[in-house]
Amino acid sequence: MKKRILISVSALLVICVLLSLLQALVIPKYTDNKEGALVSEYYGEVGDHDLIFVGDCEVYESFVPAYLWEKYGISSYVRGSAQQLVWQSYYLLEETLKYETPKAVVFNVMALKYGEPQREAYNRMTLDGMRWSTSKIGAINASMTEEESFVEYVFPLLRFHSRITELTPDDFRYAFRDNKVSHSGYLMQTGIVPQTDFSEGRAEVDYEIDENAWKYLDMMRELCADEGIELILVKAPTNSWMYWWHDEWEAQVDDYAERHGLTYYNFIPLADEMGIDWSTDTYDAGAHLNVYGAEKLTEYFGQILSEKHGLADRRNETELAEAWDARLEKYYEERNK
Amino acid sequence: MLFTSYEFLAFLAVVFLLYYILPKKLQWVTLLVASYAFYALAGVEYLAFIAVTTVSSFIATILMGRVSARENSYLEQNRAGLSKDEIKAYREKAKGRRFLILCLALLLNFGILAVLKYTAFAVVNINSWLHTFGAEGQLTVPSLILPLGISFYTFQTMGYLIDAYRGKAEIERNPFKLALFVSFFPQLIQGPISRFKDLGAQLTSPHAFERRNFTYGLQRILWGYFKKLVVADRVLVAINTMIDAPESYGGFYVFLLIILYSVQIYADFTGGIDITIGIAEALGIRLTENFNRPFSSRSTKEYWNRWHITMGSWFTDYIFYPLSVCRPMAKLTKGCRKIFGKNIGKRIPVYLATVITWFLTGLWHGAGWNFIVWGLLNCLIILVSRELEPLYAKFEKKFPRLHASYAYGVFMSVRTFLLMGLIRSLDCYRDVPLTFRMWGSMFTQFNIFEALGGGIEALGLGLADYIIIALGCVVMLAVSKAGKEISVRERLYDRPVLSWLCFGALFVAIILFGAYSVGYDASQFIYNQF
Repeated sequence: MKKRILISVSALLVICVLLSLLQALVIPKYTDNKEGALVSEYYGEVGDHDLIFVGDCEVYESFVPAYLWEKYGISSYVRGSAQQLVWQSYYLLEETLKYETPKAVVFNVMALKYGEPQREAYNRMTLDGMRWSTSKIGAINASMTEEESFVEYVFPLLRFHSRITELTPDDFRYAFRDNKVSHSGYLMQTGIVPQTDFSEGRAEVDYEIDENAWKYLDMMRELCADEGIELILVKAPTNSWMYWWHDEWEAQVDDYAERHGLTYYNFIPLADEMGIDWSTDTYDAGAHLNVYGAEKLTEYFGQILSEKHGLADRRNETELAEAWDARLEKYYEERNK
Repeated sequence: MLFTSYEFLAFLAVVFLLYYILPKKLQWVTLLVASYAFYALAGVEYLAFIAVTTVSSFIATILMGRVSARENSYLEQNRAGLSKDEIKAYREKAKGRRFLILCLALLLNFGILAVLKYTAFAVVNINSWLHTFGAEGQLTVPSLILPLGISFYTFQTMGYLIDAYRGKAEIERNPFKLALFVSFFPQLIQGPISRFKDLGAQLTSPHAFERRNFTYGLQRILWGYFKKLVVADRVLVAINTMIDAPESYGGFYVFLLIILYSVQIYADFTGGIDITIGIAEALGIRLTENFNRPFSSRSTKEYWNRWHITMGSWFTDYIFYPLSVCRPMAKLTKGCRKIFGKNIGKRIPVYLATVITWFLTGLWHGAGWNFIVWGLLNCLIILVSRELEPLYAKFEKKFPRLHASYAYGVFMSVRTFLLMGLIRSLDCYRDVPLTFRMWGSMFTQFNIFEALGGGIEALGLGLADYIIIALGCVVMLAVSKAGKEISVRERLYDRPVLSWLCFGALFVAIILFGAYSVGYDASQFIYNQF
């Protein structure tokens, strides 16, 4: 009997180890779709940020923490991911505040147009990278589409097992180490695809921002208020019919900001003022900024942050400056490649 | 709640836990609550139907029991004063009463099944006839709900009613215990169709935890999931591609469909039954086996003794035999013998009973002409085979060595497999004329090279999928062969290292190669639809 128990326990252990190894192998490494690797990179750079950006692609393609540091000495991090929904931004922020307390949080409002879970693939890109905590559990529960199961977030092998027949060398290379893709959460795009189609966005069926989206923005606002953090709303500059920011949404966000005493910057009409040229500063025909456009926006916004929101220049702090100098070096290394 | 859902696995874990930690006298109550919870999760509105079947069967059997008790008591007290004829007349009268109760209960329950399952089919056909005969009006096709597993639980419960009438089953006097027999959750949706004498007492008697039973149960469940997730659901993709655009997949593809669908339905249905029997086994309950290596059958008759055994025996015991020996049939036999002579005369009633039985078997599988034609084609093959028996006997006598050879046995099995597969494809296309056209295309479209030259890769499966399916089939075949005399589980039980190696590998294979999660449709077991 004892022998049988010993064999059973050993066998179970072997199976668990084997499944863990297989899980590490089949989980997507996002070497092509780099957006999927963004969220987990934060844990390697936790702490001492005065500013945290949260939001979708419009934050991780538009705001450059390294450049912000270089120009204004503001220490910041971008906690953004592809199609990051409002509740995901909320839970990511909630999680971030467990590690550090910034002076300000910038939330990009584009995601307010979504009131319910969207696509499983984007959910996985945002949620798989989070460390386990009550925030992650909350984020999963708020984000799951009908086809998803919580248990598949706990054991990603159950979700990604079918990749076993399509593994690439990268799956082995990055099975047990991360593939660093961002610069403090900023995902660099150096390509240039000028805007050529000047059509306006398609009409929406309903312009009313969903209750659920407001609910999580309220929660974000309250969370910041409780921690004494200033919440700033922004809309990154875009100029594509595909990602059109409608006047009806603008009016509702404006109204919300006014009602709650929040600052809201819509950078779309300010694009000319900050020098954005839609023939050179976008990598996808106006939908997102490339690094040249992002630097212009960051410089413009950095001045506002320094002058109007009191974010201090910390370039004189030796230890912090050393860390940022190293990041800047890597930033320029990729930018000038 | 699908058997293949995570929720079901969690549900099962809770049931196992409660079943063995609660006092033994509450075990059957746990199962009853679990069964009703399982059923309610499929749709609360379904509960009313299963409750009506349970209550009506309970009342009917109790009433039949009372009639019998009164009959016995009356005869005991008055036997001395009654003549033989009077006793016989009294018995006939009592039997008539019991028969009336039985008929009312059968009418109610089969009526519910018929109305819910076949009304739309009947109306569609009536409309078609009205149209053919130039009538202008059309009846509205009703959209009725079809409670989960209604065919299975109705047949199982009506079997109990008939057995109670025949005195072959003890009458259950506790309505809740009967409710458990009707609703026992593992077998509720796809069988096996159990008999009360086999299952009734097992369900309600206490079961101590036995490691061997529990281990066997879990291993059988695992084996079922392997068949279902690794083989059946993976093959499904290619099958659906061919069925969705039949005009693009004629000729060799029809042959491929026949093979793949045979693999799929085998893995799906036997897999589901393995899970069912495994769950019961882990609870200490032994269910009747529903399959016995069906694809090794050398004839259609043998195939039906090995495939869906409990359904076959249900139709034999409750339809075929009563039909064969009923009074009108006896009269028909007599009449036919007079007209056609002894040899043919004795055949006609048997054949008539066979045709009716197979017609109903087809109808039971679904409300569609494809199912009816499928049933009748099975019947035709069986009857023709029976007529050809003397010819086979002659052949056997002339070539005894060939007949006894292994190769000839394989030939017979392959022939039966293909024949059954061919008529089973009616279930795929679900359209009789279309199916016949597709069969015809096998002889008119010669596209085997096109299919093998890349066509089969366009069916939605990659090379890796075909390799996994092929390996899955090899494993199924090997296990079937190895378990011919003694089951693989029994062989492995006293060799724990090897046992863990085998079942551990099976578990990992399910996790890695199972067709589940996002990207795969969570498909129902095929027989859940019946």
